[in-house]
Amino acid sequence: MSTERVTPRAADELGVPDHIQYMHPTLVKNHGNWDWHDRPRPGVLHHVSKTGDEVWTVRAGTQRQMDVYTIRTLCDIGDDFADGHVRFTTRSNIEFMVTDQAKVDPLIAALSEHGFPVGGTGASVSMVSHTQGWLHCDIPGTDASGVVKGLMDMLHGEFIDEKMPNRVRITTSCCQINCGGQGDIAINVQYTKPPKINHDLVANVCERPAVVARCPVAAIRPAMVDGKPTLEVDEKKCICCGACYPPCPPMQINGDDSTKIAIWVGGKHSNARTKPTFHKLAVANLPNNAPHWPEVNAVVKRIVEAYKTDAKHWERMGEWIDRIGWGRFFELTDLAFTKHHLDTWTGARKSMNTSAHIHF
Amino acid sequence: MKDGEPHDGKTEEVEIHPTPMLDQLEDGPWPSFVTGLKRLRDSKGERYAPMVNDLMGQLNHSYENRKGYWKGGVVSVYGYGGGIIPRYSEVADKFPESKEFHTLRVMPPPGFHYTTDLLRKMCDIWEEHGSGLIAFHGQSGDIMFQGCTTEKTQVAFDELNKIGFDLGGAGPALRTAMSCVGAARCEQSCLNEARAHRGIINSLLDEMHRPSLPYKFKFKFSGCGNDCVNAIHRADFAVIGTWRDDMKVNQEEVKKHVAKVGRKYVIDTVISMCPTRALSLHDDDTLEVDNKSCVRCMHCINVMTKALSPGDDKGASIMIGGKRSLKVGDMMGIMIKPFIKLETEEDYEALEEFAEECVEFFADNALEHERVGETIDRIGLPAFLEAVDVDVDPNMVNHPRTSSYVRTDDFDEEAEKWFERKAEMASE
Repeated sequence: MSTERVTPRAADELGVPDHIQYMHPTLVKNHGNWDWHDRPRPGVLHHVSKTGDEVWTVRAGTQRQMDVYTIRTLCDIGDDFADGHVRFTTRSNIEFMVTDQAKVDPLIAALSEHGFPVGGTGASVSMVSHTQGWLHCDIPGTDASGVVKGLMDMLHGEFIDEKMPNRVRITTSCCQINCGGQGDIAINVQYTKPPKINHDLVANVCERPAVVARCPVAAIRPAMVDGKPTLEVDEKKCICCGACYPPCPPMQINGDDSTKIAIWVGGKHSNARTKPTFHKLAVANLPNNAPHWPEVNAVVKRIVEAYKTDAKHWERMGEWIDRIGWGRFFELTDLAFTKHHLDTWTGARKSMNTSAHIHF
Repeated sequence: MKDGEPHDGKTEEVEIHPTPMLDQLEDGPWPSFVTGLKRLRDSKGERYAPMVNDLMGQLNHSYENRKGYWKGGVVSVYGYGGGIIPRYSEVADKFPESKEFHTLRVMPPPGFHYTTDLLRKMCDIWEEHGSGLIAFHGQSGDIMFQGCTTEKTQVAFDELNKIGFDLGGAGPALRTAMSCVGAARCEQSCLNEARAHRGIINSLLDEMHRPSLPYKFKFKFSGCGNDCVNAIHRADFAVIGTWRDDMKVNQEEVKKHVAKVGRKYVIDTVISMCPTRALSLHDDDTLEVDNKSCVRCMHCINVMTKALSPGDDKGASIMIGGKRSLKVGDMMGIMIKPFIKLETEEDYEALEEFAEECVEFFADNALEHERVGETIDRIGLPAFLEAVDVDVDPNMVNHPRTSSYVRTDDFDEEAEKWFERKAEMASE
């Protein structure tokens, strides 16, 4: 055996880098010493420090999955207007901080010229928080960046303005693991058929006890098919969640006839007013017609418009529905209330109305 | 259509894949990632151009067949067990140039602050070694450098490492954390989010780089109850800024706000929306706050940003066990420490120690593929509290138990502990 080996470079295990070195100097100077803020126009935040320092933040939407040319264009804009500093929000919007109010309008003009919509602040519909989809995920039922682009094209007018009752946070997820997370509106893949099993591959590809253990309803059991050890699914018990598919790819959950889209409403992360909430089912079984998801977009549009028209100022989606009642929600959005809206999972009883409170 | 330029010493011309499905995503006002991909594909002479051409071919193929074509595998860099998301194409015969398209998960600075100089360096590195496609940011908070061959993964990481960046988490490990903009630019911030974030993650780095936990463990840091990084829903360990003393009221600004928007509007949007009825508007348009009833929800402060602000005695609440659906259903974090003071070096060290203790508990007690919230459900909150040495507190519950199925023969001893703690607190 040769003793000559190229030893790779030993990494410097730096961990989380120090952010101060990258932060805009006015933010460094006033760190922890801000006094108040307002929003002079949609897409612009104005923060005032206790020292009297002021900073205007201009927020713009991005496509999240960015080519280096797009990033360099954003850098050019950052160099021209924002002293070479930028930051991103958790929803992939980019922010430019300027200390001279006179730079705000030219900065907005530069962003607009390069096709970056300015907005996403206050009572707007901000960028859809999304995942990887067909571009990079190993188990996706649909795409992410593509369908989100279609959604944001439709919602562009609500991104660049602040005309909603309160902020609207939308998420998409390409499977039921729901990496997109909770949202006022969550648009998630919902499988409708049990996995289709390739029995020739299971024994070689899957660690079978781990797959059995992964099933939330204990519907998977070891089996022999054509003399080969494999797994089988009790289709009466199966809830079609797809949890077996990541650890066992031969248990294919995706399919043209089974990968559908469900829309959920009323999720909320913030503690403002009401406690944080999970989103609830509005409609299921919508077709997965990427890239434009016309059927999904039509429902999202109806929900957004009903909320915009009917909710009171500062009510989030879920708070609005709590006030008007689910019956009125389904009426206003022209969606059906079905037996599938009744929860049957552990803790379901807590979601039932055990009072005489009724909306007429 | 042909790009017509040689690349990587090859002389043959490359056929551009038709992408009719993706082409539909170029119109409309929102920035198009497809247009971005095409810029990379059409970068004549760049080594990544054929890779992006095949990537687009595969993506269009996915759109046509409504199916994903990536599978995982094992790729890592020297000394690390995680941080790379390997992707091998299942249709490499059709799209060979993107047959390996791995992602490097790289930890961003807390609050996602960048200089343009740094972003340009990242672009240069990724243009040289990767696909030229970068996502700011993934749902865990990582910068995702998407599209690297197995061969280039090490050198791409080396170059990123040399400019001060490290890999994030993947697999059953400590994951990349996220924090809001916080004290850097928000008057509502109640802690130094970045300090807590860096302190905890950097003290537990080994758990990130060499995955050996039962399953993932996530930290998120929000400076106040608005929870801009969605910590309660998505983090196993959520740090949420709060304060103990009275909130601050500038009565002159309250009056100005009322004069500007009208009394009815203030009553409708502030007073009536207080979740614990802790607010009252006086006849002279000044505000009365019942601070003992206030739950620090942030609503009135969000509305009246000039008039109202958090108090001075600041710190954080810690909530444990948030996660999404797999396997038992969604969970939010449970309030475990209603308040920890965060001011001095020692305060932040105590937070780090508690975080380490919780991760250690998780490593020792969780079953395989079990999140800590599920472990707590399985063993019961009292057992968890005992394990991490936290005293029981009424803020942990919406209400006390309603089920009588519990053995209470040591109730008096437990009550004695409560009264002792109360006496101790009173004497402090």
